[in-house]
Amino acid sequence: MSILVIAEHDNNEIKGATLNAVAAAQAIGSDVDILIAGANCSAAADAAAKIPGINKVLVADNAAYEFMLAENVAPLVAELAANYGHVLVPATTNGKNVIPRVGALLDVQPISDISAVISEDTFQRPFYAGNIVATVQSSDSIKVMTVRTTAFDPVAEEGGSATIEAVSAVHDAGVSEYKGEEVAKSDRPELTAADVIVSGGRGMQNGENFELLYKVADKLGAAVGASRAAVDAGFVPNEMQVGQTGKIVAPGLYIAVGISGAIQHLAGMKDSKVIVAINKDEDAPIFQVADYGLVADLFKALPELDEAL
Amino acid sequence: MKILVAVKRVADYNVKVRAKSDNTGPDLANVKMAINPFCEIAVEEAVRLKEKGIATEIVVVSIGPQTAQEQVRTALALGADRGILVTTDTDLESLAVAKCLKAVCDNENPDIVLLGKQAIDGDNNHTGQMLGALTGWAQATFASELSIDGDSATVVREVDAGLQTIQIKLPAIVTADLRLNEPRYASLPNIMKAKKKTIDSTTPADLGVDVAPRTTLLKAEPPAERQAGIKVEDVAQLVDKLKNEAKVIS
Repeated sequence: MSILVIAEHDNNEIKGATLNAVAAAQAIGSDVDILIAGANCSAAADAAAKIPGINKVLVADNAAYEFMLAENVAPLVAELAANYGHVLVPATTNGKNVIPRVGALLDVQPISDISAVISEDTFQRPFYAGNIVATVQSSDSIKVMTVRTTAFDPVAEEGGSATIEAVSAVHDAGVSEYKGEEVAKSDRPELTAADVIVSGGRGMQNGENFELLYKVADKLGAAVGASRAAVDAGFVPNEMQVGQTGKIVAPGLYIAVGISGAIQHLAGMKDSKVIVAINKDEDAPIFQVADYGLVADLFKALPELDEAL
Repeated sequence: MKILVAVKRVADYNVKVRAKSDNTGPDLANVKMAINPFCEIAVEEAVRLKEKGIATEIVVVSIGPQTAQEQVRTALALGADRGILVTTDTDLESLAVAKCLKAVCDNENPDIVLLGKQAIDGDNNHTGQMLGALTGWAQATFASELSIDGDSATVVREVDAGLQTIQIKLPAIVTADLRLNEPRYASLPNIMKAKKKTIDSTTPADLGVDVAPRTTLLKAEPPAERQAGIKVEDVAQLVDKLKNEAKVIS
């Protein structure tokens, strides 16, 4: 049976998370199609067609799909899913919003955040804040899943030439409406795509002090993240949150500053390649996962680090 | 306006739950249980809507073992008016939970169903969206702000890029994110009062829900553990290690 990957895109470009989801799909089987649901999204469809190894790109181009509202997109996906054995989506906020609704429409139990493919019906996924890895077998005829993007290396962006096929089905439930978006403008890389991340915790004491992190991050070309404690305390907005219920990241280098290392935070970053912890409390649990630990006052260490880079 | 709030009994968020030594599942023996933190935020939001005079009745529902009555009582102590406990001795999948909630919605006809965005045990992030599909109602997941205006609601949602605002028609499903509110502590008088509030008990079978599982947990194992590395003396040594040993910066 073929596999359908629902693309994460902004109508113009394919988001990187799609490439990780395609990698997961290709670990299941070779017959992979991509769905672009959006409005005026032909540029995104053209980009998807260039991903190597894709059979078909299905394009549902309609105003009802412009903002990926689940009430409209889920019935579309459920309708298309009849032709597929698997439906995958990256575990972004869009993916997590839409896919359970698809599962219930199909009377299927979705599987969240798959981190490995064991066979076409058996998958691994973390639960309990990543403290346990479950191996789960599905008996549903269609497997509906979100993909933990950090667990699958992205496929190449270019080199393929899939056929593009228009999907005419229009589902407009008329019960929800997009009103607007407040997007943090930043020249720094996106958290989930960054190769280096500098994160701050409660130890930063306030939002202004995050400037110290931004300076270091800019020297390293890094994204800036935060622990839930820092978000809870109102230092920084929630989209910076790394952790169990925030963003899951696995950069080449993760620098945790003033973060104690609660299990909820570790769940979001412990798959990073190299972890550095800077904390004045030498017993902080973050040091148990850090490759390099520096016991120091961050207000002294950060300017020094800025200077040294 | 009637609000239905769903709450789940889970291992307390401070507990690091580990796999059983025979790898058959999570080891929950003697683990402190609590109301799922996101569900608590959902309860608080409902109570605030009642305090504002928007909600007239708050019904709290939980699906789980008989002991989940404790979590229903907690919600009653926070301000819910009455409870429903759907008892089951098996750990239900989110599809079955959503079907039970759909049956409760059919009986109760709420205007808004408030849930947590995710339970911190299964980490699925499913139930609200699935209930949305089964009822055909609008859904606003990851809510950080909720305002009601007649027969519609405006919800600010925490999305990857920042904040998204949507307007949904009622009845609707809203799932709570971290910043929707900061839950209160139940006062002693309210805890006492909660003991007198009604909790109706039912079962999935009574609700006509087939809870047969669709997935099998073959194994539950600890993840690959990271080894603690070394402590460096100062920033200079740290930079040196990152450049020359780990080779992650240049």
